Amino acid sequence: MTVDNPTTGAGRPPGAASDRPTGPPTTGSTATRVLGVISLVGIAALVVLGVFLTPADAELGDTIRILYMHVPTVSTAYLAFVITAIASVMYLWKRTEFWDLLAASSAELGVLFFALTILNGMLWGKITWGVFWRWEPRLTTTAVLMLTYVGYLAVRQIPNDTRTRGTISAVIGIMAVVNIPITHKAVDWWRGLHQEKTIFGTVDPDMKGLQLFTAYLGLTVFLVLFSWLLIHRFRVAWLAERAADVGVDAAIAERRAERAVPSSAGGAS
Amino acid sequence: MQPRVLVFAGSNRSGACSGKVAALAVQLLAVEAVLAVAVAVFYDTTFRTPVLTVGVALVATVGIAAAGAVYGALAARLRSGTTLLPLLLLPLLAPVLIGATRGFEVALGREAGPGWPWVALLGIFAVVYLTLGALLFRPLLEDA
Repeated sequence: MTVDNPTTGAGRPPGAASDRPTGPPTTGSTATRVLGVISLVGIAALVVLGVFLTPADAELGDTIRILYMHVPTVSTAYLAFVITAIASVMYLWKRTEFWDLLAASSAELGVLFFALTILNGMLWGKITWGVFWRWEPRLTTTAVLMLTYVGYLAVRQIPNDTRTRGTISAVIGIMAVVNIPITHKAVDWWRGLHQEKTIFGTVDPDMKGLQLFTAYLGLTVFLVLFSWLLIHRFRVAWLAERAADVGVDAAIAERRAERAVPSSAGGAS
Repeated sequence: MQPRVLVFAGSNRSGACSGKVAALAVQLLAVEAVLAVAVAVFYDTTFRTPVLTVGVALVATVGIAAAGAVYGALAARLRSGTTLLPLLLLPLLAPVLIGATRGFEVALGREAGPGWPWVALLGIFAVVYLTLGALLFRPLLEDA
């Protein structure tokens, strides 16, 4: 497959559509580099503060250090899924590739951050409850939410034309977001073992001083990290679509060339 | 009947959606009625609060039918959609199934406490899924 330069169109096969949208040849830009540096410095600061400088909690002990990552990862995952739902609505309205790819990119990152949430939650569970996993309400609804979005990503991998794929995944992206408030409220609706309060109605409101600062720093850092990754993932998806377009165009051009050769040979004789 | 067939037969798209939901709900309620008799006979179960039992069954069924209609139309457009349908639908319906189970526990006297809040919660799920279904069925039929 010939993949030409998406910016200049150099190497584009004959018959290729020249009006297709093109993007930058790289996923990096000044803005993403700034976001990347902020993310890395922020993560380093969060590790130093969360692991070494903040005191242990009177009630939770050293397990509170897991919360400095747990709350940011789950909040970021929720945000990613909400962005997926909004982008899905916009796709059904505007029918542009931008919204479809944004929804897919955000869902992928949401699943990544949600998997991190489950992993660090399991570590907390092992220390606090003595087991990595219990089928209690919050954990069960969390696993269910994870499965919903894994299904969303699986559907996107099924070969289909882009419009059908976009419509089907948009419908799933919108329906799935209903499970977020259910997962969040599961602790209240179905009483379980999970911690009841955390930041924004979920980090312990008794947190003060350096603990509270670290918790909010974690949220900020993970939001910046998410923005950085989302821009890169979206641009990779965009370039992948352009590369696929070029492949289709090249195949069409080859078939046309094959058909043209025998007819011109027949005309000569 | 496939929703697309309903549209070709002259129904409008929202009519096809509500028809599909109604058909699924009737089928599910018929199965539930048979199961209720089986549970009463084989497990010697007494339905202490039949109104609550029927209430939970009705609203949970409407929620399941509404989500099932949308995902059924969606799966019909996918290769190996019939295999994927339960995998996609079950996580979406898990909260409804959990809520209905808790409601039935109260209705059957296995759990103490009020049962009607579960009916209200299931009613919210049903309204949300019905609304989303009505809105999303049209693009699914048109484009997918």
